Amino acid sequence: MEQILFALYAVITCVSALAVVLSQNVVRMAFYLVVALGATAGLFFQLNADFVGATQLLIYVGGTVVLLIFGVMLTSSSPFTSLKSSPAEMLQGGFLAVALFGVFAATLLNVDWTTAERSLAKTGQSGLAAGYNQAGEGETTRLIGTALLGVRFDRDFSPDAPSEKTVNATVSTEPQTLSTGYLLVFEIISMHLLVVLIGAAYLARAKHLRPSEKNTTS
Amino acid sequence: MDHAIALNSYLAVGAVLFVCGLACMVTKRNAIGVLMGVELMLNGANVNFVAFSHYGQLGLDGQIIALFVIVLAAAEAAVALAIALNFYNNHLSIDVDRANELKN
Repeated sequence: MEQILFALYAVITCVSALAVVLSQNVVRMAFYLVVALGATAGLFFQLNADFVGATQLLIYVGGTVVLLIFGVMLTSSSPFTSLKSSPAEMLQGGFLAVALFGVFAATLLNVDWTTAERSLAKTGQSGLAAGYNQAGEGETTRLIGTALLGVRFDRDFSPDAPSEKTVNATVSTEPQTLSTGYLLVFEIISMHLLVVLIGAAYLARAKHLRPSEKNTTS
Repeated sequence: MDHAIALNSYLAVGAVLFVCGLACMVTKRNAIGVLMGVELMLNGANVNFVAFSHYGQLGLDGQIIALFVIVLAAAEAAVALAIALNFYNNHLSIDVDRANELKN
């Protein structure tokens, strides 16, 4: 199952990255970029990096690519001529929507929600407190949050601490002494974002007003 | 924990993303196409970071650096788009071959 999912995500990522390169239309490139970035978020989820995957979906796919598409639209030299979809496309889209609704309905109606809720309520009651599990188990949100605040719960940095991943590591088995918290980096990057956004708003402001707009806007 | 997928496959995906981004950056004449190439390259690097954080000793550090890369990519896209819009306002084109001066 894991291999199939990985192969799926990897193939989608590589093919749409190639499509970004080979496509000539800028809007199509943006669409393939969305597909590639979304499939990469799937790869992140497979690597147990749930927070990074969610951030990838929210910021990259939801923010950056929308920004890029706005840039495409604002700088396109020729207007998009045909915006009307053909009947065949309408048929395909409608068929896809109906089939997806069939899958959803069949899935939802087959679940006994009262027993499912009872069994779901027990999942959080393992020995460890929620969010303080090992990073390999996928619950990385609280660990990343505390690391950004300068506190590391995920690792013991004392010099004679046993290296926890020595058995599983495939790359290096050196003991960890480096890299504690990330508070300073977090602050720097916050200031950087603020400065960058103010600078971008300053750069992109309207300076040259066309004659028709002169008396309507200030 | 036994890994079903080798580290090398993730690194290969990252390499493909990086090379596609590089080709996109080099071949496109549209400035926004160049920007998309940069995004692809950063994404390829991110795949490597997260893969090493899962397989190696990097731990959570790789994921945090991947988060920083995502944030920096967003900032870079904002500034580059502002410059592209400015350039389009001055020259009515975003062809990077004609962009040898930013000031009008």
